[in-house]
Amino acid sequence: MSTSTETIASLVQGEYKYGFVTDVETDSAPPGLNEDIIRLISHKKNEPEWLLEWRLKTYRHWTTMQAPTWPKVHYPPVNFQDITYYSAPKQRGDAPKSLDEVDPKLLETYEKLGIPLRERERLAGVAVDAVFDSVSVGTTFKKQLGEKGVIFCSFSEAVQEHPDLVRKYLGSVVPSTDNFYAALNSAVFTDGSFCYIPKGVRCPMELSTYFRINAAKSGQFERTLIVADEGSHVSYLEGCTAPMRDENQLHAAVVELIALDNAEIKYSTVQNWYPGDANGKGGIYNFVTKRGLCKGHNSKISWTQVETGSAITWKYPSCVLQGENSVGEFYSVAVTNNYQQADTGTKMIHIGKNTRSTIVSKGISAGHGQNSYRGLVKIQKGAANARNYSQCDSLLIGDQCGAHTFPYIEVKNTSSQVEHEASTSKIGEDQIFYCNSRGISTQDAVNMIVNGYCKEVFKQLPMEFAVEAQKLLGVSLEGSVG
Amino acid sequence: MKQPILAIQNLSAGVEGRQILKGINLSIYPGEMHALMGPNGSGKSTLAGILAGRQGYNITGGEVIYCGKDLLALAPEERAREGVFLAFQYPVEIPGVNSTYFLKAAYNEIRKHRGLPELDAVEFLAFVKEKVKLLELKDDLLKRSVNEDFSGGEKKRNEIFQMAVLAPKFAILDETDSGLDIDALKIVAKGVNTLKHPDNAQLVITHYQRLLNFIVPDFVHVLYDGRIVKSGGKELAIELEEKGYDGIIHGAAVPA
Repeated sequence: MSTSTETIASLVQGEYKYGFVTDVETDSAPPGLNEDIIRLISHKKNEPEWLLEWRLKTYRHWTTMQAPTWPKVHYPPVNFQDITYYSAPKQRGDAPKSLDEVDPKLLETYEKLGIPLRERERLAGVAVDAVFDSVSVGTTFKKQLGEKGVIFCSFSEAVQEHPDLVRKYLGSVVPSTDNFYAALNSAVFTDGSFCYIPKGVRCPMELSTYFRINAAKSGQFERTLIVADEGSHVSYLEGCTAPMRDENQLHAAVVELIALDNAEIKYSTVQNWYPGDANGKGGIYNFVTKRGLCKGHNSKISWTQVETGSAITWKYPSCVLQGENSVGEFYSVAVTNNYQQADTGTKMIHIGKNTRSTIVSKGISAGHGQNSYRGLVKIQKGAANARNYSQCDSLLIGDQCGAHTFPYIEVKNTSSQVEHEASTSKIGEDQIFYCNSRGISTQDAVNMIVNGYCKEVFKQLPMEFAVEAQKLLGVSLEGSVG
Repeated sequence: MKQPILAIQNLSAGVEGRQILKGINLSIYPGEMHALMGPNGSGKSTLAGILAGRQGYNITGGEVIYCGKDLLALAPEERAREGVFLAFQYPVEIPGVNSTYFLKAAYNEIRKHRGLPELDAVEFLAFVKEKVKLLELKDDLLKRSVNEDFSGGEKKRNEIFQMAVLAPKFAILDETDSGLDIDALKIVAKGVNTLKHPDNAQLVITHYQRLLNFIVPDFVHVLYDGRIVKSGGKELAIELEEKGYDGIIHGAAVPA
């Protein structure tokens, strides 16, 4: 208890502590989107012709698409011509050969964010690929991973070093024209992570990436591709922060996961993008397409997310259960406070035989937050003996917030079994007073109760990040009960 | 002359539009157990709530001094850390929060407040085990969430169990006997009596005289319509049993 009380006390000033801007010259494209900008991006990255063509084809299709309006979120329309699609920090000479060559101001940024780029070797056994705006800066532990044959690098680097792998799998889970924001991403993505685990290899450490959006109006469109070959295993963690800005910033990422026979991918996200101030001004729009394909038999993909930031969160990490006996899981804690909005959930598509999926969604609404769970469980005709268990719970703090649930269940196979449970609860004043009467402060009481509520999801996170998640939750809910 | 643990002076309070307490005067000294009895609506639970720091009451007059401090100026959690304890009439459930974890947090808050080192999980568990036996609670109760799926009797015993662990200086027992069968009552009474000490004090609020056969008070007060209309020794409780509230109240002199 002492640790968390100290943590709360030190965070109690309530300011978003990552709200600062790095003063580094950026090499940015002019705002606006057209084929020239795309060619510029592709050229800057020295991409092969096939990739430029892929981008352009997608862009042309995107111009015919309309932004979707069905989610339960409200925001002023985005002006896509008013965004800068490329922004890279200037560096002395070309790519740095070691961390010593990286712009010291950049490294300072990462230190402020607590990213162990400068760490002594093997600090936490976590390899970090840090993305600053649109260009990857430094990659740690590449050597150690290389010994196992694990490829973990920036997407840009993967295009240069492993173009065949990229070409084989890019767009195989999220086709470039899948939806409006995925199409936009496919046209203008500038970087992200690429990961390939060879056959039979159990990745020796947790893989992690941190992101940061810096320059004003530069949306971030990162692209991540993770391929787990037969019998392999990887645990990947994504955690994000962004500085305080007045203009809304668009974040439309695409993440594709592919698990072949007997492979397992565990993808964990702890997200605290700038959520907007207490009056709902500013904040990140997080419109993400994340999808995993359980391509092989006995494969497994597990999504765990703790979403506390962003002005608007709109994402449905999903699993396509194609391989026989494949398993998909989704564990989520989504917090909306002040004027945040979230429309999030998952899709579990059962295609192969004997597939299983588990969904545990915990929504927490406070302030004037609006939190929607939207889930699809789809059992196709050939998905004999499919099993799904879904549990979606909402916790309301205060009486100005909202929680909404939109479950979709489509079953076309009579041997399948689908279970759905839902609950709604409040943190009662009586519960807070009971804790107070035992010497526990109101903030600690709220944290205790919320952590108890989220236990099931936090249990799924790699331990070091479970702690960060608990801290984050504490900060996000500060002052929600008073 | 020893300083009282609790001195209530002319306390008046109410809720919106209604006066409930109309000038309470009561002093409780270390080592004393006081019983407060009265019919429904007399203001017993209001007094308990105000002493513990519950929101929603308007204090319209008077003061409460606890160990020389202005009690009403302290937040409820501060009062608890100073050694005030309320055994609730209707203990609330807190799903998802483990009972032992909860109690350890409470215990360590008090330790911290007194500048003592906090106990870790292992030390705390060892410390707590003997108290579990005292209240004859099942071991598995500690593994459950706070009060979740506890029977009425278990909830009340759990309140006294917490009291045993937190060792308050001043304990308010708000109708602890309500809803208890005779066996549970005896266990609770045993617990309360074991915790009595020359340095601490208790205010036992109850409807019925029966509890006071097991928890024998030093003083008994009768609360009626927001005022203490009669005070006496433990015999007053027996007199109350014989004459009923009516007999006592209308026989008592009502202050002008």
